Amino acid sequence: MAAAPDSADAGKSRGFIHWIDQRFPLSKLWKEQLSEYYAPKNFNFWYYFGSLALLILVNQLITGIYLTMNYKPSAANAFNSIQYIMYDVKWGWLIRYLHTTGASAFFIVVYLHMFRALMYGSARKPRELLWIFGCVIFVLLMAEAFMGYVLPWGNMSFWGAQVITSLFGSLPVVGGTLVEWIRGDFVIADATLNRFFALHVAALPLALVFLVIAHVMALHEVGSNNPDGIEIKEHKGADGHPLDGIPFHPYYTVKDLVGVAGFLLLFCGVIFFAPTFGGLFLEPANFLPANPLQTPPHIAPVWYFTPFYAMLRAVPSFAGTQVWGVLVMASAIIVLFFVPWLDRSPVKSVRYRGPIYKIALAIFVLAFVTLGVCGMMPPAGIYPLLSRIGTALYFAFFLLMPWYTKIDRVKPVPERVTGHA
Amino acid sequence: MADQVDHSRRRLLTAATVGTGAIGVVFAAVPFIASWNPSARAKALGAPVEVDASKLEPGQIVKVAWRGQPVFIVRRTKDAVEHLGDHDATLADPNSDDSQQPAYIKASGAARARNPEYWVGLAVCTHLGCSPLGALKRNDEFQLSGTDLGQNWPGGFYCPCHGSKYDASGRVFKNMPAPKNLTVPSYAFGQDLHIVIGVDDAPKSA
Amino acid sequence: MLKRFLLIAAVFLPGGAALAQEAGYPLQNADTDINDIQSLQRGARDFMNYCSGCHSLRYLRYNRMAKDLRIAPADLARDLMFTSSKPFDHIISAMPADAVAWFGKQPPDLTLMARYKGVDYIYSFLKGFYAEKGRLWGVDNLYYPKVAMPFVLEPLQGLQKPVYKSVTDDRGHASMELSGVEPMTPGSMTPAQYDRFVRDISNFLDYAAEPIKAQRESMGIFVTLFLLAFFLFAYLLKKEYWKDVH
Repeated sequence: MAAAPDSADAGKSRGFIHWIDQRFPLSKLWKEQLSEYYAPKNFNFWYYFGSLALLILVNQLITGIYLTMNYKPSAANAFNSIQYIMYDVKWGWLIRYLHTTGASAFFIVVYLHMFRALMYGSARKPRELLWIFGCVIFVLLMAEAFMGYVLPWGNMSFWGAQVITSLFGSLPVVGGTLVEWIRGDFVIADATLNRFFALHVAALPLALVFLVIAHVMALHEVGSNNPDGIEIKEHKGADGHPLDGIPFHPYYTVKDLVGVAGFLLLFCGVIFFAPTFGGLFLEPANFLPANPLQTPPHIAPVWYFTPFYAMLRAVPSFAGTQVWGVLVMASAIIVLFFVPWLDRSPVKSVRYRGPIYKIALAIFVLAFVTLGVCGMMPPAGIYPLLSRIGTALYFAFFLLMPWYTKIDRVKPVPERVTGHA
Repeated sequence: MADQVDHSRRRLLTAATVGTGAIGVVFAAVPFIASWNPSARAKALGAPVEVDASKLEPGQIVKVAWRGQPVFIVRRTKDAVEHLGDHDATLADPNSDDSQQPAYIKASGAARARNPEYWVGLAVCTHLGCSPLGALKRNDEFQLSGTDLGQNWPGGFYCPCHGSKYDASGRVFKNMPAPKNLTVPSYAFGQDLHIVIGVDDAPKSA
Repeated sequence: MLKRFLLIAAVFLPGGAALAQEAGYPLQNADTDINDIQSLQRGARDFMNYCSGCHSLRYLRYNRMAKDLRIAPADLARDLMFTSSKPFDHIISAMPADAVAWFGKQPPDLTLMARYKGVDYIYSFLKGFYAEKGRLWGVDNLYYPKVAMPFVLEPLQGLQKPVYKSVTDDRGHASMELSGVEPMTPGSMTPAQYDRFVRDISNFLDYAAEPIKAQRESMGIFVTLFLLAFFLFAYLLKKEYWKDVH
């Protein structure tokens, strides 16, 4: 049934691929998602992080599965099984470091990926749902990372879980019952560990994979944004393709490969030369087994949670309850979902916005980083004050956005994209 | 305006990149595949087991555990050793062609042992894995209560599950449910009649 | 943009490092070299002789230690194994589980101590014992106040005594604060010898906390070179294809 090479349907698939295509949309998917998905030709450095996030997700899934082959999810055996992996299992140490470094790398990449969206207006219409899927992925990723950190059952695993689950206790009326329900016991215990294991290994990875697929589908439905923030579909050529678009394959497959190579250099640099990364990726307190009778001198969450932790601690107790800090911390994440509607600027990209947005974005980044540093420190000295200022600035960035994006001076937006990488 | 596409350069660079990438993927795959090999703990648990055979009386059997399996150590009587080659015609595999044992065991012929006075073999019936019983006394067909081992019983082992019979070298008789002779693991004699199960060589002195 | 990213990254590192240093007397620099096999061998011998009576290394096996430190099986059995353990067993001390009754605290397992508190802490701790009347074993430690451990290395280092200095707080209240230690009675080793002795043990414990460290670093060099080559090819490939794009 092979078509003759020079005939009218020479472009159609032949042989084995054709057999598949009659039964599964393989070539169709390849064309629609890759070889004939037209992406703007001016993607820059900030556009590497989506494909890198996907790479890291695959890394976490594979290394995670291999860790599960030797890990024992019980309070009695978890810590020992981690050391078994590090000492006795062939190459176990590498699989473990790939997983722990991957977790931190995931957040670095995801934060930069989200920052790109704030810079270039990638959350704006028609990409609101894309952004929302992304926010859900972010929330689930935080839950996944939090539960994953409990699994080694080190002393920080235990006490970090104890503190964070206690937060739910501050909710009025239901708080106490809720905390017990989450823990499955009166304190963080074997029951908690086992259920976190089930969620971390099975439930959340499944949810994350489905959401990432939805995220990419939503992207491909409307087409990618670009550093100029203009819609390339507005100028199509005679062949129906955007004039400023290029097929994703081979141009961006080949470019993303460079991004992957560069990322792997840094990633492997950490794994082979500094796997604890100065105690930030693998914390010293977690080299001690969980001890319900001995709190670490300084409980702090892993670095990627510290900005939100700082916000939590920044809010003082009011009317005898700590729930306000919890609400502020939750709001900090919920406010992200509303970005597509908070941004009222007539332009998308920071390149064509006025000085107000540029300053606001710079302050936002500074505030977020400062909050991160504050979250690592004990609540003493200037850190409580800095945390409050940081929290205020963080919320100001979002809540005042409808106003300052409206009044900001904007520059004329070009018809066609400027430059390509 | 487009320059001629240099296809051969593209092919070369693609080959170089894909080739290096493929090598990288293989390198990356090795740790994952290798991680399935027995870990240090598995090797520790499966380590050689040393047994002091010097205390055994002639005709006595002991069973020890090695790699999670029972192993017979038998001190055969002189009489038993002398008659080991008598009943080859009644054995299914007198030369141990089909069964599992180290080369040096096969080479030792009817004795199936490094030292004919001591026989070492897995106490695992080759039929379905039950643990056979010792019945070493020659011509004593009723030595196991409730069982008739038959006339001219040369001494050996009897499996109570389905009735398989083996001689004193663990060789299975004809027409038994069990298809093969009992497996003999690697073992060696260390110092002073210490048998080390699980290795082919053991140091003779401290 | 890249600069901004690097600046952000640079801010995080000091924060983490600051965490590692807790309030207390400043640690001394152990200056150990994980690639110094001789030092590790001495450290293994010294640990087994002086420490393993009470402290286990429950995740490290004798045969792993012998292989990594290039110790022959005969030497391992003769010099480093004092219990009925086999080479494939973990290094467990003979200390019974109820030793907490003798010391007030069970002697902790030390396999991961170097990753928990750091090599410099172990080094400083072993040099930081001083005489303190009224305590169960007559000693305390500059780096671990109210330590439950007796100073088993006293025959080697000798005994130190505490040095106090007067300190006035914000309210003008003066008090005596422990500011250091100085030698009181000598031991069988000179300070330089004891220093090396303690450095070797610290180095060994650094090894014990992560036996794969030396190998992973040398593997890392190979991996980095390989990835540089891959990066180069990928970059050239990208440039070649992007000639199409104008």
